[in-house]
Amino acid sequence: MSARTSEQDVGTREREALSRIERVRRMPPRFRDERITMAHGAGGKATQSLIRGLFVPAFASETLALLDDAGRFEVDGAPLAMTTDSFVVKPIRFPGGSIGELAVNGTANDLAVVGARPLAMTLSLILEEGLAADDLAAEVEAIARAAAIAGVEILAGDTKVVERGHGDGLYICTTGLGRIDDRASLSPRSLRPGDRVLVSGRIGDHGTAILLARGEFELDADIRSDTCCLWPAVDALLNAVGPSLRCMRDATRGGVASVLNELATASGVAIAVREDQVPVQPAVAGACELLGIDPLYVANEGRLVAVVAAEEVDAALTALRCVRGCEDAAEIGVVDVEPDGMVIVRSAFGGRRVLDLLVGDPLPRIC
Amino acid sequence: MKYVDEYRDGELGGALKARVEKLMDGGRHYKIMEVCGGHTHTIYRYGIADLLPSNVELVHGPGCPVCVIPMGRVDDGIAIAARDGVIFTCFGDMMRVPGGHGTLLEAKAAGADVRMVYSPLDALRIARENPQREVVFYAIGFETTAPSTALTLMRAKAEAVSNFSVFCNHVTIVPPLRALLESPDLRLDGFIGPGHVSTVVGARPFEFIPRQYGKPVVISGFEPLDVLQSVVMILEQLKDGRCDVENQYSRVVPYDGNRQALRVLSEVFALRPHFEWRGLGFISQSGLRIADAYADLDAERRFEVPGVRVADPKACQCGEVLKGVIKPWECKVFGTACTPEHPIGTCMVSSEGACAAYYNFGRFSREKVAV
Repeated sequence: MSARTSEQDVGTREREALSRIERVRRMPPRFRDERITMAHGAGGKATQSLIRGLFVPAFASETLALLDDAGRFEVDGAPLAMTTDSFVVKPIRFPGGSIGELAVNGTANDLAVVGARPLAMTLSLILEEGLAADDLAAEVEAIARAAAIAGVEILAGDTKVVERGHGDGLYICTTGLGRIDDRASLSPRSLRPGDRVLVSGRIGDHGTAILLARGEFELDADIRSDTCCLWPAVDALLNAVGPSLRCMRDATRGGVASVLNELATASGVAIAVREDQVPVQPAVAGACELLGIDPLYVANEGRLVAVVAAEEVDAALTALRCVRGCEDAAEIGVVDVEPDGMVIVRSAFGGRRVLDLLVGDPLPRIC
Repeated sequence: MKYVDEYRDGELGGALKARVEKLMDGGRHYKIMEVCGGHTHTIYRYGIADLLPSNVELVHGPGCPVCVIPMGRVDDGIAIAARDGVIFTCFGDMMRVPGGHGTLLEAKAAGADVRMVYSPLDALRIARENPQREVVFYAIGFETTAPSTALTLMRAKAEAVSNFSVFCNHVTIVPPLRALLESPDLRLDGFIGPGHVSTVVGARPFEFIPRQYGKPVVISGFEPLDVLQSVVMILEQLKDGRCDVENQYSRVVPYDGNRQALRVLSEVFALRPHFEWRGLGFISQSGLRIADAYADLDAERRFEVPGVRVADPKACQCGEVLKGVIKPWECKVFGTACTPEHPIGTCMVSSEGACAAYYNFGRFSREKVAV
């Protein structure tokens, strides 16, 4: 065999191996772990196996199976969206925010990114024996303030107290209700080749701020959580490019990388990202570099990913950048045909790599 | 990021790419081994294969600290972690390495107190803060990480922290390289030498490679420009008919190494007669144990461990991957039964492992992608 044919043979065998792997990956994930590990809560592959391998099959809901940030439904012709969330962040106060503010914004954002104006929410507080009354009062105030800013009314609540050692001071569970905006026609399955991918600002601030606030790494930097209500950003996008807006996602746990993977899978398309176009502030880039973490996997609490038709990308960016907190919005990539279900990144250096769902749990509790 | 972005400059990368193409000798196929897992990670993270002609092949070597840990040593760690009152500390990657009886992560879920640390000093701090608990650090790595373990042991001894001990799995880089060069099924044209190990041992210990085996070695840094420049330097040697140890990473690596670190190593550690490597079997004088002067801090002497040798799973071809005999995708279970979320072999666990790096970053058909 000549050197040339042997090389071609290697190429063919490698391609065969790769398509075998993609076949395996496309099979619905099974939940086959013996116990829950921290990885099941990290938003990556283990979380996916839990959701798609256990929850979705058990509840047999078409709306749930869409795996959107909130479920859409109608009551007497009124299009509504509903979501639920729980907050176990540690520490409960961190630079740029606190658990109470996070609970309101996180719930409102799950509604906002499916095109629903957040209207109302409920609040369950799980308090640990010994929690200082001042800390609780401060969080209640933070919740009230954030709810006022988001235009959300708190309709009902519940309180439980658990013994010392069974909670980290304060956990918050919420339910959110919103009304789907007439201008929105969004679906995670609607991405088309040629569409553009946007982020609403600099990424990685929240996760990095929490990581440093925990004080385990003896790193110090002025990084603040990005927690905020995303409805103004969504409102601006719907106003500017409504019908051309394909889908939005709140880039929380698992970061922008996980959102892009979920969308690529849901729509059966490829997403190509230009790493040098992804906005990351220098302090976050530096901290992530030291800790060996890719900012694309780091959680955000006030950043959305939006996919828009190519011809409306400039209008969408202009509209976003007029919203407070979204001044650094950027186009980071484009939707392509192949390889479907995958996200590929071109690094500033020129080479390409796969950007897959996260495996394992590199980060502590961040929301 | 200053002092980092400079080494990731795409334009300079383009210039080096052109230089590589100029140095090519027609139809010759070049096989260059990067010894260190850190290089493997860089190669996939920055898509360096995209920038090299198809007849320059990078072969992944044995220098991934997590990948070379045999299953029996993982089981030993889990046995210690499962003891009452023990706080077991290790680097994050180590938690997902499968032993014969699950992983440390699973042991944690089952109730063991297993904590991830970034440095052995963090483990010592945990020991100081929990005087009533036994705190064990699971030490892994080549000469790169061994000095930090050594300094931690020295500090623990000086401060008389009696509830701290180290389960030592440190290994040295030269014996596996020699074993590799002796293996008959390997054809290599040169080595990208391990940069971090060399900051400690220097470049001199690698002189046997050109001298006895006639292969060029270039000690390399870990940024993409470092790796590309090292490929250029190896190709230049081959073109000139030379073979030497050259130091591309001179901004960090002194030719004679770090004498202070070497002194610390020889005080705290002693060579084991032999040590088992995942997939490579027993290699003589390749592992470090804790020296007798520090015996009190040696977890292997403090706790009873099973110490059972567990054979590698039959389907797993980590050994061949570590020796560069096969590419990750050529392994029978790669990407199907063995994936990063359910690894069978160690090479699929660490981000420096050849299989995990290929699976996570390199797993796509280049013709189909037009980014």
